Formats: sequence, C-alpha cells, structure tokens
Amino acid sequence: MNGDSPISIRNLSVLYGDHLALKDVSLDIPAKRITSIIGPSGCGKTTLLKSLNRLLDTDDGVRVRGQVLLDGEDIYAPRTEVTRIRRKMGLLSQRPQVLPMSIYDNVAYGPRIHGLRSRKELNERVERYLRLAGLWDEVEGRLREPASLLSVGQQQRLCLARGLAVEPEIILGDEPTSALDPQSSQNVERRLLELKRDYTVIVVTHILRQARRIADHIAFLYLGELVEQGPAAEVFAAPKDPRTRAYLTGEIS
Amino acid sequence: MNALAANHLGRRKRTDLVFRVLAAASAVMVLLALLLILGTILWKSVPALSLSMLTRTPKGGFYLGREGGILNAIVGSVYLALGATALALLLSLPVVLYLNVYKGRTSKTAVWTRFFLDVLWGVPSIVIGAFGFVIMLALGLRASLLAGILTVALLEFPIMSRAIDEVMRLVPRELKDASASLGATRFETAVKVLVRQTAPGILTGVLLAMGRGIGDAASVLFTAGFTDRVPGSLADPAATLPLAIFFQLGTPFPEVQERAYASAAILTLIILVISLAARAMNRKVNRHVVK
Ligand SMILES: Nc1ncnc2c1ncn2[C@@H]1O[C@H](COP(=O)(O)OP(=O)(O)OP(=O)(O)O)[C@@H](O)[C@H]1O
Ligand SMILES: [Mg+2]
Repeated sequence: MNGDSPISIRNLSVLYGDHLALKDVSLDIPAKRITSIIGPSGCGKTTLLKSLNRLLDTDDGVRVRGQVLLDGEDIYAPRTEVTRIRRKMGLLSQRPQVLPMSIYDNVAYGPRIHGLRSRKELNERVERYLRLAGLWDEVEGRLREPASLLSVGQQQRLCLARGLAVEPEIILGDEPTSALDPQSSQNVERRLLELKRDYTVIVVTHILRQARRIADHIAFLYLGELVEQGPAAEVFAAPKDPRTRAYLTGEIS
Repeated sequence: MNALAANHLGRRKRTDLVFRVLAAASAVMVLLALLLILGTILWKSVPALSLSMLTRTPKGGFYLGREGGILNAIVGSVYLALGATALALLLSLPVVLYLNVYKGRTSKTAVWTRFFLDVLWGVPSIVIGAFGFVIMLALGLRASLLAGILTVALLEFPIMSRAIDEVMRLVPRELKDASASLGATRFETAVKVLVRQTAPGILTGVLLAMGRGIGDAASVLFTAGFTDRVPGSLADPAATLPLAIFFQLGTPFPEVQERAYASAAILTLIILVISLAARAMNRKVNRHVVK
C-alpha cells in the first residue's frame, strides 16, 4: 500500500514527559483522499496530526519514537530539514490563527519566505489560492486590510489559502470547523471535498456526522492507541473493534 | 423576592458602592499628585522661562550663569537618550526574541536570564554610573557623550527587555506554530511575526526605557560630564537636563535656582512630547495586531 501512500506512520509513540500520548501507532494515509482521525477528547488526535509536520518539536520535553515516512523519507531522521517537511503540508488549526499583517501578506507570507519575489507572480498566487479557498470574492477589494478584521469563518478560509499558497501536497486540519458557525463549517467542508482531487487531506474531528459526510478513510484513536482504521464505509457500517462500535453509538465519548 | 434575598442584594450593592467610591478617590489622588507636581514646577519656573532658555547656551558658566539658556543640556539629553535607547533596543530585541522563540517556556536558560534582567533592573543608577565610570577608564575614554550613551544604555537595557518580554510571552503558541507550519524558520517567525504582533508593546517598552534614561542624573554624573557647549561629537562631554537641574538648584543664587525649575519644566515637556508621539504612533503599529 506504500506505493500510493504519501505518509506512512510506523510504530509511532509520543511521550509528553512521562505521559504516553500515542502508543505504537502505525497508519498509512491514502493519497488524494480525506482521512478523518476520530476519537474522544484527549485521545491524541492533535498529537498525531502535529507529529506529521514536526510541530511537536516546538514543545519542551516531548519525545517521539518510531518513524513517519513522507514520500518514503523519514521526517524524524536527524538530517531532515524541518522547514522543507512543513512546506509540504498546509495546516488548519482549531481556531484560525491569522498572522499580524494584511490579508494579502498572509497569503504571500509562505511564498515570500520560500524565495518568491516577483510582484506579478505573488499577485497571481494570492489570487489563485484565495479563489481556491473560496474567499476571493469577499476580500478582493480589501487585500490591504488587516487580516484580523475578517470574520472567524473568513479567517479560517484565509488560513486555508495561506496554507495552499506554499503549494503543499498534504492538507492537515485540526478540527478546522470547531470554531465556526454552521454555514462557515459547511463552506470549509465543501472546500476540503474539492481539494481532495489534488491533495491528500487529513482532518481531525470529533463530530461524527462531519466524518461521515467527508471522510473516505477513518482512523479511530482511543487513549493514544490506534484502535481501528479502514475505508469510511466499512468502519461506519461494520466496526470490527468493540471500542469503535461503542464510540460510534455514543456509548463512549 | 423574600426578605433574606433582598437583604443580601442590599449588602452586595453597598459593597459595590464602597469600592466604586474608593476607586474614584484613588484616581483623583493620582491626578492631583500629577497636577501638583506639574503646577509647582511650572509656577516656580515662570520667572526664568523664556525662549532664550531653549535656544541659547549658558553665558557665564553653567554653575553661575544667569544669562543665556540651556540648549547645551537639551541637546545633550536628547542625543544621549536617542543614542542610549537605540543601543538598548539593539541589545534587547535579540535577547527577548531568543527567550521567546528559541527557548521553551520551561527552559532553565530563559528562567535565569529573566532573573538576571530583573536584578539588573533593580541596580541603582548611581551604581550603574560608577560601573560605567570604571569601564570608561578601562577603555581609555574621557567623560563624553559616548561614555554616557553606553552607561545609560546599560540602565535602559533591562527595563526595555523585560517590558518587551512580558508582551512577547503573551503571544499564543498557536501563532508561532502557524508561521512555523508554513515552513518559516524560527528567525523568520521572530522577525516577521513576533515583532509585528508585539509592536505596540515594543513601542511601550522603548518609551518606558527612554523616559527612565532621559530623566536619570546619577548614571551620567561621572560618564557624560557637563559642559556649557553643545556636544559636537561622541568624544565631547555632554550636558544633560537632570544634571543641569542638579547644579543649578545647588547654587546659592535664587536667579539660578529659578533656572533649575525652568530646566525641570523643559525636561517634563520633552517627556510629555515623547508620550504623545507614542500615542499617535500606537494607532499605526496596532493596526495588524491579532487579538
Ligand atoms: N504539551 C503537552 N504537554 C503535556 N501533555 C500534553 C501536551 N499536549 C497534549 N498533552 C496530553 O496528551 C494527550 C493527548 O492530547 P491531544 O491534544 O493530542 O488530544 P486530542 O485528541 O487532540 O484532544 P481534543 O479532542 O480535546 O483536542 C492528552 O492527555 C493531553 O493532556
Ligand atoms: Mg485536539
């Protein structure tokens, strides 16, 4: 399966101090599909997602064991350049975090860092990805305004555009709709469904209905363990593990 | 509503009232103290205050001069404060960014660095002045604008660093992560995101330190010297307003003492202008800050 799996996680364990947050997780993420990581609060969903672009590195006292292979390359190998890894993934966080600059500069931030200087190309890129994120029509005339003036839903789409603008292969979302109203949530969900044509998408969610709506593949985490994973239709229709069944029926949450 | 509940509500309202009155009273007291200081200084300085105070250097020596102005001290103070503040900022920013971007919240280095900065903040300025004097001699410098700038920068550095540090620590980790996840290095995150996000706090820290620097007499006493000429280079000694006040008030002549109050009024005015400029600038630097 490794052939069409841009990310494979091999025996990954994560320790915060001496709290084992992820226990020996192995998972292959299918390409150009939406993989949903589901599970109750505190089960390690965010930890798993952050381990994929090495955002865990920014924590003190975190230890990571095992491997995460990104296009066959171990991202935790000592030689691996972390900025290059992160560039391959766009991240949507739980609450949108816009950068303290204009709408335009938010989207141009990544490309500029990676060396794009030409005004014309920057303009093109900003427009292309704002369109892709479904925000262009709303902000076209106010690109120079501070991004913090946008509504929360717009900010989340701006974050999406900003992540896309570094032209990643993978989109990571950590409950990207949890701070949004139903309308904006739907908007973001629709974007993700469109984006899976060209990107591999991994979304953490604890809204089961959302997972049913958008996921092609499911990974169920429980107390740091990967209990079950498989095509969404199968997992939802016939969960193999009793814990998955209990979670899906709402007995554990 | 039963009697007990009504009684309880009554008591809560009374407590609230007491605190409102206390709060208002303390606000009035602060305002009164400020007005009293400003009023006294202005009133005492009226006889000596004139345009030539601002535009001319002293005639007849800075101790005994009853003619001319204190342009030497005004220019000296401004040069000194600008130089020292710029230097302190040059030292503070890297330290603070290092603490907040490269070091985690629980890092020992960070904890100790903050502790040392706090200690340095508490060192009396006369001690900083004495230290500056020793360094000055060791470097073979004379009392000069340069030696003064170096010493005052040392005085301002801990104030500025800690003030900026306090706002940088409030930057949510998610914001730094957002920048990192786009492939930014820590340095890029520091310079492009943290500095912008905390721009208002940086401005406040800079002004706080500058206010302290321009008003301090003890640190420049041995290091900047005093002269009745406007300094022409970094190697020249430089007069400063706090020392002008000190010397003028120390003379036995009432006319010269009046000039001390005029100097004080001018110093206060300069600080007021700095604060107002900061207010005006704050709007601009606040624009992009993410709340
Ligand atoms: N920086 C940290 N330091 C110590 N423990 C942490 C840290 N971050 C997370 N944990 C712990 O690790 C476990 C997994 O946390 P994680 O944030 O991955 O859960 P989650 O599944 O995303 O939960 P939620 O659905 O509430 O967001 C939790 O028990 C949490 O308390
Ligand atoms: Mg989480």
